[in-house]
Amino acid sequence: MSTKLRRFHQARWDEPIIYELSTEGERGLLVSQVEEEIEKAVGDGLSEIPESMRRERPPNLPELSQAQVLRHYLRLSQETLGADLNVDIGQGTCTMKYSPKINEQLATSPKVAELHPLQDEGTVQGILEILYKMDLFLREISGLDQFSFQPGGGAQALLAIASIIRAYHRDRGEAHRDEIITTVFSHPSDAAAAAVAGFKVITLYPDEDGYPDIEALKEAVSERTAGLMITNPEDTGIFNPRIAEFTRIVHEAGGLCSYDQANANGILGITRAKEAGFDLCFFNLHKTFSSPHGCGGPSTGALGVTKELAKYLPVPLVEFDGGKYRLNYDRPHSIGKVRSFYGVVPVVLRSYAWVMSLGAEGLREVAEIAVLNNNYLLKKVLEIPGASAPYAPGKHRVEQVRYSFEGLAEETGVGTEDVQRRMFDFGVHYWTSHHPWVVPEPFTLEPTESYSKAELDEYIAILRQVVKEAYTDPEKVKNAPYNSVVHKIDHAALDDPSQWAVTWRAYLKKVKGR
Amino acid sequence: MTRRKKVAHPYIPNSAPRVKAEMLREIGVRDVEELYADIPESLRFRGKMNLPEPLSSEYELRRHVEGILAKNKTCQEYLNFLGGGCWQHYVPAVCDEINRRAEFLTAYGGEPYEDHGRFQALFEYASMMGELVDMDVVNVPTYDWAQAASTSLRMATRITGRKQVLLARTVGPDRLSVIRNYCRPDIEVVLIDYHLETGQMNLDDLKDKLSAQTAAVYFENPSYLGFIEPQGEEIAALAHEEGALCVVGVDPTSLGVLAPPSAYGADIICGELQPLGIHMQYGGGLAGFIATRDEERFVAEYPSRLFGIAPTVVEGEYGFGDVFFERTSFAQRERGKEFVGTATALWGITAGVYLALLGPDGMRELGQGILQRSQYARRRLSEIRGLRAPVFRGAHFKEFVVDFTAAGRTVAEVNRALLDRGIFGGKDLSAEFPELGECALYCVTEVHTKADIDRLAEALEDCVR
Repeated sequence: MSTKLRRFHQARWDEPIIYELSTEGERGLLVSQVEEEIEKAVGDGLSEIPESMRRERPPNLPELSQAQVLRHYLRLSQETLGADLNVDIGQGTCTMKYSPKINEQLATSPKVAELHPLQDEGTVQGILEILYKMDLFLREISGLDQFSFQPGGGAQALLAIASIIRAYHRDRGEAHRDEIITTVFSHPSDAAAAAVAGFKVITLYPDEDGYPDIEALKEAVSERTAGLMITNPEDTGIFNPRIAEFTRIVHEAGGLCSYDQANANGILGITRAKEAGFDLCFFNLHKTFSSPHGCGGPSTGALGVTKELAKYLPVPLVEFDGGKYRLNYDRPHSIGKVRSFYGVVPVVLRSYAWVMSLGAEGLREVAEIAVLNNNYLLKKVLEIPGASAPYAPGKHRVEQVRYSFEGLAEETGVGTEDVQRRMFDFGVHYWTSHHPWVVPEPFTLEPTESYSKAELDEYIAILRQVVKEAYTDPEKVKNAPYNSVVHKIDHAALDDPSQWAVTWRAYLKKVKGR
Repeated sequence: MTRRKKVAHPYIPNSAPRVKAEMLREIGVRDVEELYADIPESLRFRGKMNLPEPLSSEYELRRHVEGILAKNKTCQEYLNFLGGGCWQHYVPAVCDEINRRAEFLTAYGGEPYEDHGRFQALFEYASMMGELVDMDVVNVPTYDWAQAASTSLRMATRITGRKQVLLARTVGPDRLSVIRNYCRPDIEVVLIDYHLETGQMNLDDLKDKLSAQTAAVYFENPSYLGFIEPQGEEIAALAHEEGALCVVGVDPTSLGVLAPPSAYGADIICGELQPLGIHMQYGGGLAGFIATRDEERFVAEYPSRLFGIAPTVVEGEYGFGDVFFERTSFAQRERGKEFVGTATALWGITAGVYLALLGPDGMRELGQGILQRSQYARRRLSEIRGLRAPVFRGAHFKEFVVDFTAAGRTVAEVNRALLDRGIFGGKDLSAEFPELGECALYCVTEVHTKADIDRLAEALEDCVR
């Protein structure tokens, strides 16, 4: 049975910039008024402020009535393709799974939303219990010994990890260890956060089979090795079977090993950080653990470590004495804080609810179906002309695959970025890859466990259609999109300091000459 | 009742047995296990994770989680005067309506075509924040104010080529801890003393410590301790004389009435977005912004994404895209500027909605109303025998320090007594600023009525009697 292609057209409201909708004197919200008695007692409130500190001109904010603000933003929302609306398997590495609505309701309840982080511990026992239990869950899932939810995303978790590695070596009198080893198919943040923490970064490239090069690792380790920060499976979806050897080599050289499990969706209950010899790891709760991505956060990089490293975790940690949950700040070896307060608590709550809805067997089923879906997709993509999956021919992949349209580009002149824009005409995402493009003309698909076979077939049918067009009418693909929100963008201005405009006022000055 | 047999999980469509079998057949394997063939047995986890039995219906899940959450007492149930980095403000209904929209809530990293609305909403957010702080460049938000301050300082070290930053000693301790960790490997953090009577920066100490090594001077306005630092112009001038930058952290709810730091010489402005229409969420609602002038040497040092407006092939159509993407770690890995990743974009969109709802008049009324309430609260509290409020002479915004020393009570004792009366008293400062004695940081905003403030005053009177 062939899959029918949708006659899709995304909402195109041609929506003005909010400043163009402004009408002097309109109001979107009235602020609660001060009682007369207060005004009588203290006056206008402004006279206390030294004149030099008073605002002279009101901020140039737009003036709109309430329904007009609402309508404007609802139109912008319609011009945004959330995972709830599409077969969101095109944003590989991002784990665009279903974020259950019940968890949204729980996370936005006043019992979470209206808590101040400095409330007396006795009044926040419920939320502390959630934080504590989610820590216990992740200990089981990773095999490591303690977690902190303070990092507000994967990159911040990596910074915390690099900070812990630094503190560990400093405490052992080995501050000279200043090199972190990573791989090119690990997330750019592994390298970038390590550099911020003061490390020199050594990047391993894949060997011929697509595995991180173990010979290169042996060459790289030395008395300067502080640690390894690595993903497995990498963005290629290839599981490195010698990972325990990697961690052994680094340990023997005196380094620590950190497992980037931002995306652990294919291996929940299958294989863990502990057995592979890792000392630290983190999970992105907005990926594997179902919290929605929010256009790019709020998010959580849940950071786990072994017992030996637990003393370095950010302060405070949640503890339980059998009767009461409390926040422990008395941790002298801690690296301090990486984010204010305790992290993005509603994200942890959603993840807690998600784990509670699945249990141990359910988590394993998530992984198994994610892998089933991925290998099904792999088979179907490889049937498409011009597409390939570099490395590890004939092997199965874990949760995602980094594909290549090198063949398509050679045969038709249509590159992966052209395909990308045309895919938008059918109402789906399509992501290429981070840089550098080690895989030529890359694209990365990750079907997770959330999409039905029919939906996977639909995505494949779209991909097939675009490839067919590339062979028959390449210009059509190159000039896409047509049915998306806007047409092909000219990016030149964005890299030109005399033209780029990050705000409307800059745009008016620089481009409109006002 | 018989227990339910194994069924397809509602979140996992292809766990339905027939479709699963069909897909396995298509791949050419008999069992999912075969797909894991590359994972060596020694790495396989063959135990059972010790997790609770799953709650097999949505109803049970709701009961379970709500049962736990019921143990919390919220700031709707108790009268709250805590601030100190996360503040209770009114959240307009439209803010929640927009950030709960499935399109925004579940989008992520799409391109400026199918995610055009996300780019435009964040561009507009930056445009409105830019007006509020009177700067031309504002980033897609980072994790929180602490991160924004940390990155602002690192930006300053790159712009100036220097490796030392001077910070007001009154900087929020939580933020200071984040800044210290972020700067630790290569940037020296030095604190500048403050005057005990006013809280304001000791300019003599600043002059002593400023040197050709100094990359930036950082202070917060209004400060963590609530007072307004009126010496902005002098501080900025002193920094500039030494070739250093002036970095200022700011609470945006003050900017309808207070001068933006750019007016007194700030080169980089950072701060917290949470008060702009985002619920406190036990500290989970934080989001940080960074703003600068539109100069290439500043723009080039942002690690964050910056969304800019760009033409399309259709005349008059607005497109968007990443400005100067090559500077980021997405493009350059460890050679990029610091790092960029998922942070708090949804709160950026929300802050934009908030600013659009309030407009210039709303922001002025908000700021003025906070000033009046806070002044009224200070007056009421200062009438109580044994209490000193505010501790610092001079103007304040929404927070102020209350001294209980003369009342012979510790803040901890007072707060316990207030808690019994259904009130969250101010943050205990006795550990963070021991030189101040038994002091607490009280926060008053537009959510407080006269009756609320009077209730606090009466309760405090009762507690210290």
